[in-house]
Amino acid sequence: MSLSPPRPERPPVEPTAEVPPESLTRPADPIVLSCRALRVWYGTALALRDISIDIPRNQITALIGPSGCGKSTLLRCFNRMNDLINGARMDGEIRFDGQVISGPDIDKVSLRRRIGMVFQKPNPFPKSIYNNVAWGARINGYRGDMDVLVERSLRRAALWDEVKNKLDRSGLDLSGGQQQRLCIARTLAVEPEVILMDEPCSALDPISTARVEDLMDDLKKDYTIVIVTHNMQQARRVSDMTACLMLDDSSTEGHRTGILAEFSPTNLLFTNPKDKRTEAYITGRIG
Amino acid sequence: MSVASRSDFRHGRWHRRWLGPIFGLVCCAATCSGVIVLAILLGSIVAAALSGPPDHPWYAFSAQVSELWGLIRRLAQSTQSSSDPTIAGFKVGIVGSLWLLGLVAVVGIPVGVAAGVYLEEYARPGRIRSFIQTNIANLAGVPSIVYGILGLALFVRAFGMKAVAMGPSLLAGVLTLSLLILPIIVLTTQEALRAVPQSLRQAAIGLGATRWQVVSGHVLPSALPGIMTGTILGLSRAIGETAPLLMVGAAGSLLRLPRGPLDRYTALPVEIYKYARLPNQGFQTVAAGGILILVAMLLTMNAIAIVIRNRYRRYY
Ligand SMILES: Nc1ncnc2c1ncn2[C@@H]1O[C@H](COP(=O)(O)OP(=O)(O)OP(=O)(O)O)[C@@H](O)[C@H]1O
Ligand SMILES: [Mg+2]
Repeated sequence: MSLSPPRPERPPVEPTAEVPPESLTRPADPIVLSCRALRVWYGTALALRDISIDIPRNQITALIGPSGCGKSTLLRCFNRMNDLINGARMDGEIRFDGQVISGPDIDKVSLRRRIGMVFQKPNPFPKSIYNNVAWGARINGYRGDMDVLVERSLRRAALWDEVKNKLDRSGLDLSGGQQQRLCIARTLAVEPEVILMDEPCSALDPISTARVEDLMDDLKKDYTIVIVTHNMQQARRVSDMTACLMLDDSSTEGHRTGILAEFSPTNLLFTNPKDKRTEAYITGRIG
Repeated sequence: MSVASRSDFRHGRWHRRWLGPIFGLVCCAATCSGVIVLAILLGSIVAAALSGPPDHPWYAFSAQVSELWGLIRRLAQSTQSSSDPTIAGFKVGIVGSLWLLGLVAVVGIPVGVAAGVYLEEYARPGRIRSFIQTNIANLAGVPSIVYGILGLALFVRAFGMKAVAMGPSLLAGVLTLSLLILPIIVLTTQEALRAVPQSLRQAAIGLGATRWQVVSGHVLPSALPGIMTGTILGLSRAIGETAPLLMVGAAGSLLRLPRGPLDRYTALPVEIYKYARLPNQGFQTVAAGGILILVAMLLTMNAIAIVIRNRYRRYY
């Protein structure tokens, strides 16, 4: 391997400028998100290499792998949040509903409405509970009855009964688990097609975790969920497909590069892993 | 590589035990120096009052207060005179200062806050940005008289271009003071914006908000208390400035109120300065009264800043 980090030749970007508003006209493709030969750099450090993965519609896909292998990075590529990080670059191709979304001139703002994100640390707005849910819908030009939307979103996030009498209280007055469900409700209120969740339960107690997991199972009827988790049991419990990312051992450079070790149905991956490193990781021998 | 053994941890015990308390003592002494000077000052005032003639016992205190209040009201209501201290006052200066305050707020705050928002939220980090950043930080420390000279050349004389020169007008003073407080406002705005957690921006962006929606919907409201406090402190700096106003030609003696931004004007600190230099002893009292009025204005503004900072909660 050469010592200098590889400079990617950007492949010619196809002239697909706009993400179409909705994909209701076409029959639903069973693959909602797919990426091919994805590579991501932070500055000159290659963080992800050769990621090719197909996320199936209306299923829960779990991303597992040791710390620093690029799970969050991959998640942020899907809704282009990585573009906010200085020095982050990517190359390869990501398609969402068949449309290329990895090009430089796609409409990231509307993409992020269609691919929502729930963060590791609950981050409600310092606004009332009601406005936490309503804000996203409002800025996206929602014209319907806001009260109905807020109630529906909070109900779907299994939070309504706990907050229905204090909708005008600050979202920051809730407990951590309630805050995380509020963040989920906020994401649901803008009607995304995919929800990306980055360790949504890592700050929660087992009871809140169980509630969020139940919630995800319920949500998958209407949404596609991609969840990053460090909890093997959680991945087994909730997900249909599991992708195991690993650190690239062959990388001789000073930084660590993540690769996709295995991607298969969850029960298969956990009972009969094809990849040695995956097996070692899920049985707790590395990582 | 060898594993650290217990003996490797021997060093630094003395430091750890004593350096902390010593540092604490030094800091405490530094704090006390200010307190001691203040105590001496107050003590000497009280001593002077107590050593006065015995026909001035404490029960005359309220009479003195109303006397002082009467003096201040007279000073605030009468215009200038450089010959008779009993009819001299600060009306023109107070009105001039209020004009300055209002117009500096209108000019300086929007420009300063906008520049802070641009640098913090829009500008890409890089050489140019850090160059500008360094210069703003330096400008905040430039002596005010330098701004006066700048204002004289730029606004009053416009480098000799008669057509655009403003002369010693209120507007020239406003622009000079705005320049003076601009770095302060830009820096405090940036400080306040930096204190807004990144997770808040990410949450909003993740919902499909445009940059403007993120800034106007979350970042600015969160940063508003900090921005307002900094802004008010900047304004109170502007209202107390004398030197730059002398440079850009605030009039020493003026008997009528300014009629508009292009009219001649004077300001309270400038008038205080003029009175204090007059030989007649009676004018010393007038100048002292003017200082009280100025201090009252400054304290009011700082009190407003504190109230805003404490009242404005995180929840909006
Ligand atoms: N903002 C950033 N700037 C530079 N490098 C980054 C940045 N974010 C992540 N990285 C690097 O990219 C690699 C992958 O990071 P990432 O956060 O995606 O890992 P992760 O799999 O989510 O880890 P964890 O399980 O600990 O959350 C790491 O080596 C990290 O140092
Ligand atoms: Mg992560």
